[in-house]
Amino acid sequence: MGFKEFCFKKSLWLFHFGGASCNNCDIEILDCLTPRYDVERFGMLLVGSIRHADVLLVNGSINQRDKSRLLEIYEQASKPIVVVAIGACGCTGGIFAEGNTFAGPVDKIIPVDAYIPGCPPKPEAILAGIVKLLNK
Amino acid sequence: MAEQLFYFLIYPGLLFAAVIGAFLSWYDRKITAWVQFRKGPPLFQPFYDFFKLLLVKETILPKHGSKGVFLAAPIFAVFGASIAGVFILLPVMGIETGFKGDIIVIFYLLTIPSLTYIIGALASGNPLAALGGSREMKLILSYELTFILVLAGIIQKAGMTISFSEIISLQTLNGVFAGSLSGIILFIVFIFCIQAKLALVPFDAPEAETEISEGIMIEYSGTPYAMIKLTKYIMFFILPAFLIGLLWGGLNFEGINILWSILKILFVVLLLTLIRNTNPRVKIKQAIRYFIVWMNLLAIIAIVLSYFGL
Repeated sequence: MGFKEFCFKKSLWLFHFGGASCNNCDIEILDCLTPRYDVERFGMLLVGSIRHADVLLVNGSINQRDKSRLLEIYEQASKPIVVVAIGACGCTGGIFAEGNTFAGPVDKIIPVDAYIPGCPPKPEAILAGIVKLLNK
Repeated sequence: MAEQLFYFLIYPGLLFAAVIGAFLSWYDRKITAWVQFRKGPPLFQPFYDFFKLLLVKETILPKHGSKGVFLAAPIFAVFGASIAGVFILLPVMGIETGFKGDIIVIFYLLTIPSLTYIIGALASGNPLAALGGSREMKLILSYELTFILVLAGIIQKAGMTISFSEIISLQTLNGVFAGSLSGIILFIVFIFCIQAKLALVPFDAPEAETEISEGIMIEYSGTPYAMIKLTKYIMFFILPAFLIGLLWGGLNFEGINILWSILKILFVVLLLTLIRNTNPRVKIKQAIRYFIVWMNLLAIIAIVLSYFGL
């Protein structure tokens, strides 16, 4: 592992994109930043601007309106960026998969590096997914 | 010439101040984590952040904006911070004496990073960045007057000398300024000025992360953002060092004194961190009022007290 890659993996900054979500996954993602789980010990921070982000966390089902916004966000990000789909809706569409306004799971729209299934996934599951991503 | 370059680039300028500042920034994050009962980031976290931004990330230029100014602003910020760092750290650490009137020069140089942030933000063409820029401008207008009043109080206490090294040597002879009543008041006001200069939490309206998505920094990515981080690390070391030099007798890196010097810096940064962790963000209007009314009042009281020798 080179120096560049080492620095990148040691300092992943997260940007959180919530699609048409029921807010459960959003809450579980925020749980990871709380004292009990504390992802900052891996050097992760929640940033406010997509320009600073290294990881794009996408949760919730992506409907027709969200699709163009997700694409726009992905294009605005400075590369390299890692995309993580969180929750059943983000990974497959979940119960919204047959819906009228559903525009496809996240990996149909942008390339996804990691999937964390669950409805919602536990913070432990999100941490396990992140650790797997770090060891990839 | 070679000596000046060494001072500017390596010790005590760019490299030294940046490395110490990076460790102080880790200390700040670690204390923040402890205050919130978290574990906190590893020791070399600021270095990982910096090298990631510098080497790995792509730099994106704004489409509707002035690209040259956008890219030049962070470079000027680093230059301004390092030159201010050299002028501050040479007398504070007792390497060289500096020149007469260097306090005034340092005062002007310390505004350069904030000014360049504004210029870079306005050049990016982003409305949120423009909002952050205008807030930063208002913040500068409010705290600069307080800052110059504090310096005036210190000059008054030092018997009208405007040489930084003379102020420090006066304190080693007659005891530190922070030991007197007016010195304590000046110390408190100075701490709040540093807080606003570093845009830490009560006064972080220009780069409010949750409100306007990091405001003035919103469009920066990759190498220019690494430069801004570098400026922030340098400022995080030189402003406490300036405070210690003016009011607490400077730093001494000889023998056992090194421990006492490090403790001084860690104490000042601890104060900044605790203020940042125990206060909410104030509106820009409140911040202006806070400085123009209350902090100026305190500074003037301190000047009057020091006139009567208290």
